[in-house]
Amino acid sequence: MLRKTFQSSTTRYQKSILNNINGSFKRFVSSPSEDYKFKNSMGTGFDKVTPEGSMLGKTTFTEVLDEVDMTWSKDDHKGEQTYPNLLHQHENAKSGEVKAPVVKHFTVNFGPQHPAAHGVLRLILELHGEEVVRADAHVGLLHRGTEKLIESKTYMQALPYFDRLDYVSMMTNELSFALAVEKLLNIEVPLRAKYIRTLFGEMTRILNHCMSVLTHIMDVGGLTPFLWGFEEREKLMEFYERVSGARLHSAYFRPGGVSQDLPVGLLDDIYMWATQFGDRVDEVEELVTDNRIWKARTIDVGIVSAEDALNYSLSGVMLRGSGIPFDIRKSQPYDAYDLVDFDVAVGVNGDCYDRYLIRMVEFRQSLRIMEQCINDMPEGPVKVEDYKINPPPRSLMKEDMEALIHHFLLFTKGYAVPQGETYTAIEAPKGEMACYVVSDGSERPYRCKIRAPGFAHLGAFDHIARGNLLADAVAIIGTMDLVFGEVDR
Amino acid sequence: MQRLITKQVRLLSNSTKLYKPVATEYFTTGGSSQSVWPQNFRLPQPKTWEESNESALSKATKFFFLNEIARGMYICMEMYFRPPYTIYYPFEKGPISPRFRGEHALRRYPSGEERCIACKLCEAICPAQAITIEAEERLDGSRRTFKYDIDMTKCIYCGYCQESCPVDAIVESPNVEYTTETREELLYNKEKLLENGDKWEQELQYCIDADAPYR
Repeated sequence: MLRKTFQSSTTRYQKSILNNINGSFKRFVSSPSEDYKFKNSMGTGFDKVTPEGSMLGKTTFTEVLDEVDMTWSKDDHKGEQTYPNLLHQHENAKSGEVKAPVVKHFTVNFGPQHPAAHGVLRLILELHGEEVVRADAHVGLLHRGTEKLIESKTYMQALPYFDRLDYVSMMTNELSFALAVEKLLNIEVPLRAKYIRTLFGEMTRILNHCMSVLTHIMDVGGLTPFLWGFEEREKLMEFYERVSGARLHSAYFRPGGVSQDLPVGLLDDIYMWATQFGDRVDEVEELVTDNRIWKARTIDVGIVSAEDALNYSLSGVMLRGSGIPFDIRKSQPYDAYDLVDFDVAVGVNGDCYDRYLIRMVEFRQSLRIMEQCINDMPEGPVKVEDYKINPPPRSLMKEDMEALIHHFLLFTKGYAVPQGETYTAIEAPKGEMACYVVSDGSERPYRCKIRAPGFAHLGAFDHIARGNLLADAVAIIGTMDLVFGEVDR
Repeated sequence: MQRLITKQVRLLSNSTKLYKPVATEYFTTGGSSQSVWPQNFRLPQPKTWEESNESALSKATKFFFLNEIARGMYICMEMYFRPPYTIYYPFEKGPISPRFRGEHALRRYPSGEERCIACKLCEAICPAQAITIEAEERLDGSRRTFKYDIDMTKCIYCGYCQESCPVDAIVESPNVEYTTETREELLYNKEKLLENGDKWEQELQYCIDADAPYR
């Protein structure tokens, strides 16, 4: 029986060589090789890691059997025989009946308190040696029922909950909800509000990428740039605080504009910050981009083909890393994105390294957008001057009876939103963040479905991680930019 | 489908206005006419090591002399000589703006009369339902609260209460240092809130004045 297996695995090895030769020309077309039970994201089988397919490279007999069973009988003979009995197996071989033993894979519980799990991710990893055979992501440990909660809140009250979804890119979450409600209300926000939102949206992108790129680097072993990045995050959160009053959960973007105008001098300070931030990006790139350890840990790790990226509904950097030039800021511009000039970085290989490079480019593109916003910032109101939607200014509210009535109505009853439904998507730093809001014509949304990019990314984790090593699973989690506030909602 | 030249045009070199071409490939742009990807925008596959023109000697030198690592370490050394950004927290504090939203406080008029008129707007708007108010009529006919509780463990510090208050009574002070040892101490009642207001009145008035043009 064993000889038989070795023979067939040799032929499969030859086949896989042929596949690889063909596959090098069409790298993104996943060439399915049917004779493998488990495939990694490249569509090749386990020969990638252990090309011998036989005794070579193995130290024990059990390891050989492990691989035999991996490629042949894991799922085919499920339940027939749970534990290997070598004697029994030889008897079968004598009688001519091929019945391979089932060797269970080692199952590891990764998380929910693992520091590299970015919060409360729990992964059940099935390992063959050091290779991930199957990954099962368990989510829901941070579930707070935001969507249901929003159904019982007015549109104004629902807004602060969006800060708490993806708690490293707060303002873009608010933006998705604000845009959805504006669409239902059929209002156009003033130009200054659009520019402010674009400016702070890009600032949020930098905040988010500071976190995601640098914790990714930290996860695979480089602590230093993380500390540099947090200095910049600190400065940006000070801008957040100056504009909204809170460093993190700002509640600044509102349906109809932004809550308050920019304080005097803030734009100057943001500009001064932006002049130096390019150097900080350079420093990180100098230390990390060419570093051989970083390259060894990310190049060809977690490859997603363009086809798979689309099929698994990946978005944002995960999609662009695979070579698909899709960016909602370009394809369906919201706010002032059609008034500013920027480029979208697209990857070639779809591995972790390409996604890292894209994020580094996005730092610079965000800076470019921010600079244009600061230069072009128009004068004017920052929210819709319709006192049935936005509360009147305090000075007016204290003098004018009508304004006071509006004020009272808005803060008790809220504003009614016409019946209808909308799916409004924005390009959040992590990908396509969207709100599907259904209004029944009352002051509270009938339904608010939140489309979080991280959830779709995590859904593809099993597919991406298969065939990679255990240590690379950490790199893949890092590159997927998971934040459990939005995954679990 | 007819393909146009997909090049973005800028009329003047110093203008930020871009004139974008009409979309022709609806399928690649998600049905939008706003952006069109230039044709042949894809890069060729990067050259692998055996195809690159770099000499073996150069590569070997870079490899054995740890070129990129040495450069990275130089950056680290530069950082070592920079002034630290950290502060000695309890003795040294970071700057905050007049808009900062911290611990709550109930203010009084300069006469000493409490401002809150129990209109319950803050109770109505509070998304976390952390505020509880009970009102009564005083002997002089004015409407005032006899119970004003904020559950600080529920509060999400969104600032809606101070936005809603028509008489500037409930405000969020710049104070963030109010940690307690027990949860019960964080269930603030009216006395505690008024005490906060008295304690922070100077700062609160300054913040309100500084931020008044924007509210």
